[in-house]
Amino acid sequence: MSREPGPVFLERRTYRRRRMADAARLLPVIGAVLFMLPLLWLDPSDGQPQTSTTAVMFFVFGAWIVLVAVAAAISRNLSDPQDPPSSGGR
Amino acid sequence: MATLNVLILVCLLYVVFLFAIAFAADRAARRGRGTWLRSPVIYTLSLSIYCTAWTFYGAVGSAARSGLEYLTIYLGPTLVMIGWWWTLRKMVRVGRSQRITSVADLISSRYGKSNLLAVFVTVLAVIGTTPYIALQLQSVTLSFATFAASDPTTTDLPNQQATALWVALGLAVFTILFGTRNLDANERHHGVVMAIALEAVVKLAALLAVGVFVVWGLGGGIGATLDRIDASPISTWEQSGSRWVGLTMLSAAAFLCLPRMFQVMVVENEDEGHLRTAAWAFPGYLMLMSLFVVPIAAVGLDVLPEGANPDLFVLTLPLQEGRDWLAILSFIGGFSSATSMVIVAAIALSTMVSNHVVMPVWLHMSGGTAVMSGDVRNVALLARRLSIGGIVLLGYLYFRLSGGGTALAAIGLVSFAGVAQFLPALMGGLFWRAANRTGALAGLGVGFLVWLYCLFLPSFGPSAILPQSVFDHGLFGQGWLRPQALFGAEGMDPLVHAVMWSMLLNTVVFVLVSLISFPRPVERLQGAQFVNVFEHSGTTPGWSGGLARSEDLMIMSQRIMGAREAQALFAAAARNQGLGGYLPEPTPDFLQELERALSGSVGAATAHAMISQIVGGATVSVEDLLAVADETAQIMEYSSRLEAKTQEQERTARQLREANRKLTQLSVQKDAFLSQISHELRTPMTSIRAFSEILRDSDGLDGAEKSKYAAIIHDEAIRLTRLLDDLLDLSVLENGQVVLNRQSGRLSDLLDRAVAAAGGSSGDFEIVRDRSAEDVMLMTDLDRLAQVFINLISNARKYCDAERPALSIRPKREGGDVVIDFVDNGSGIPTDQQSVIFEKFSRIGETKAGGAGLGLAICREIMARLGGTIAYLPGQSGAAFRVTLPDVAATPRSVPA
Repeated sequence: MSREPGPVFLERRTYRRRRMADAARLLPVIGAVLFMLPLLWLDPSDGQPQTSTTAVMFFVFGAWIVLVAVAAAISRNLSDPQDPPSSGGR
Repeated sequence: MATLNVLILVCLLYVVFLFAIAFAADRAARRGRGTWLRSPVIYTLSLSIYCTAWTFYGAVGSAARSGLEYLTIYLGPTLVMIGWWWTLRKMVRVGRSQRITSVADLISSRYGKSNLLAVFVTVLAVIGTTPYIALQLQSVTLSFATFAASDPTTTDLPNQQATALWVALGLAVFTILFGTRNLDANERHHGVVMAIALEAVVKLAALLAVGVFVVWGLGGGIGATLDRIDASPISTWEQSGSRWVGLTMLSAAAFLCLPRMFQVMVVENEDEGHLRTAAWAFPGYLMLMSLFVVPIAAVGLDVLPEGANPDLFVLTLPLQEGRDWLAILSFIGGFSSATSMVIVAAIALSTMVSNHVVMPVWLHMSGGTAVMSGDVRNVALLARRLSIGGIVLLGYLYFRLSGGGTALAAIGLVSFAGVAQFLPALMGGLFWRAANRTGALAGLGVGFLVWLYCLFLPSFGPSAILPQSVFDHGLFGQGWLRPQALFGAEGMDPLVHAVMWSMLLNTVVFVLVSLISFPRPVERLQGAQFVNVFEHSGTTPGWSGGLARSEDLMIMSQRIMGAREAQALFAAAARNQGLGGYLPEPTPDFLQELERALSGSVGAATAHAMISQIVGGATVSVEDLLAVADETAQIMEYSSRLEAKTQEQERTARQLREANRKLTQLSVQKDAFLSQISHELRTPMTSIRAFSEILRDSDGLDGAEKSKYAAIIHDEAIRLTRLLDDLLDLSVLENGQVVLNRQSGRLSDLLDRAVAAAGGSSGDFEIVRDRSAEDVMLMTDLDRLAQVFINLISNARKYCDAERPALSIRPKREGGDVVIDFVDNGSGIPTDQQSVIFEKFSRIGETKAGGAGLGLAICREIMARLGGTIAYLPGQSGAAFRVTLPDVAATPRSVPA
């Protein structure tokens, strides 16, 4: 089942697109980390000043907007979803 | 004051408008106009059916109760969408290339077109979705009732059940009208998609309008609203971490598995490129949907009287403030959310029910002859319409029976957890080739049971279905089987607990059973097709239609796809095959194409069954194909054996040719020898005769002359005798009549003798010897061996053509053998002659010496008798012969002198 090795050097445009695909794969991971981040601000011990809902709201929505913007930028540069015969990134 | 009548009027107008839009869109699409219908924006908006009435109203309610937790329901899908490159891209590609009609069809198709699996998934989907439909009906009736209650002109409240029934009926009619226009579920329902896209805009606009009103109208601007939030009961961030993570994952899983999401995302997908836009636009939509939820909740909690249902804040806030038109807009938004969900869910489920339950049953009942029995197309359409009616009715019944209480509100997440059970089978099917049917069935079964026991049944409350004792002490009194503390996992949130155990056990069982069981060939083929869909968006093999009758296929296809489409398909196929008319040859390619086309209408499993009915006896099952492959393998093996045999024969032929060549060469040599030997014999005979005649006839010869002539005669006679002796000797040796006279002697002595006998070493012929190596005792027939040595030495003397001829004798021990090389410094023996020099009568060219050519032949025979060999040693400085004596013949001296 060995896949044929592709060329080592790619055309600049193709190279760019591959890296964009890598970025597209990475983005949800970053998103998940960002969305889970507020859990670290939870303070189980009483008596401490607690994080306010509005602060978390600002953070989550800010992260959300950034994710949407980055996703838009990435998908704009990912020209054709039908193109790569090799779904594995190189 | 807004009256209920105004609301009803607006609502009806809105519904009429929706019908008109759907109708217009369908018409435009059918006429080939309206490319904007296929734009990525419409696709993105159609995905918004994820935001149902449960989220439209419920998000605010959830925020009022538990702060920001409602966000998880949107964060999960957001992550899935921006991670489209991982899963959605593949799912859409598979769905399009395999003409998948539903999530059940995808799973069944992946696992070898198993209808059992499809039925299982369908049943699970119906169980998971029905409460959800009930929830939508409830939200509409509830909001309607809220409106009615606030209207001072109405005295009696409308009957909730009646409202729900009317809504259900309207939805069923709409769905049947626009959802079953064409049978091919793979063809887009442009009307429906257009309508839900419009509803998506309406619900977003409604929620944003209410949000803007609340923040700037009631809250007094952004800063003031934030202060209100800080002052509200939900001001602090007190989220349960496990619920935050668990719900995000659950909503992400449900987003991929919900039948209605699959419908809009994969089945209605027009172009894979649309995903690229939806990947960021839909998260944006979700973000906007959830943006004003917390402010609305906080302000609602502040403004509205204690005890007001927070689930209806979106509606009651404008009503309370007398903003009737805003309230109506809000109502329409909620109405849109509810209706679009019900419509798409009903289409998705009806496709599943009719394709995987009704059609197979009907095919079975009608005796399995799709050709002869009535119009399949009508049956399929009817089945789908009845299914839609049935599903909406089921939702209505559920709503009635459950009483529409708060228990229903909790069912949203329960339903999510139910459909999320598809996830392992779905993802495993897309990414893991070894995933198989047995594993999928086992995993789904276990996941479903755990979900049923830990979440679904307990959701009705204690003692409703499960008795209280089961909650306290577990099933059959087994403490580790308590539905909300399975395996002793106490103190967990019941939902997270159930999701964790069901998904965990589901996945583990799925993987383990897949590992230990063996997939059928069809599964393996489909697995390769699904997992490697980007390498080859090819097709599944399967049909060999040697005997299939194209006409029957055509009759059947017309009934399923409609006459025009079927004829077009058949004509195109015939054209491709280079035939005229409408009937192509039933080639495997064509049958496959046809199956694919049919599966768009009735699902992969049914299409497969239908074609196999017609192709009938000519159906080649994969087992048959494997048998054929086996046979082929055998034939290949046989032919490779033949090939080997041929090679052997070729080898033999080569050897024969070689032998023949040798024989011819020998024959030539023999002729030459015969003339030579007759010459050799005649020369002495001639001189013997001549001199004997002189002696007889001449008188007066003196004594000296007489004795001289007599000596000549004598010499010639000796020469003759020697020649004859040689011939005799050879013949004796060849016939094995020789008697060996074994003696022991030293090699050096033997060589001394041989050199002396062959004329000795002199100035014009030097013999180089290695005395120390010659110190070997031999036990053999020394005289015969000496004869060999003499022959070799005199040959060298005779034939060596060097200017200063020299022969080097090099004895050595090799292994146990004694090896004696005789190497001269002449030009050696040409390669083509090397093979014949040991033959009788062979002589090399017409050399000066002109021997009889028996010497080496005699040597070879002698060595064979002595148990050794003599061979020509190529690649030396000149002619080289190697005499090898076996070990037994040699006794080395222990101490050299």
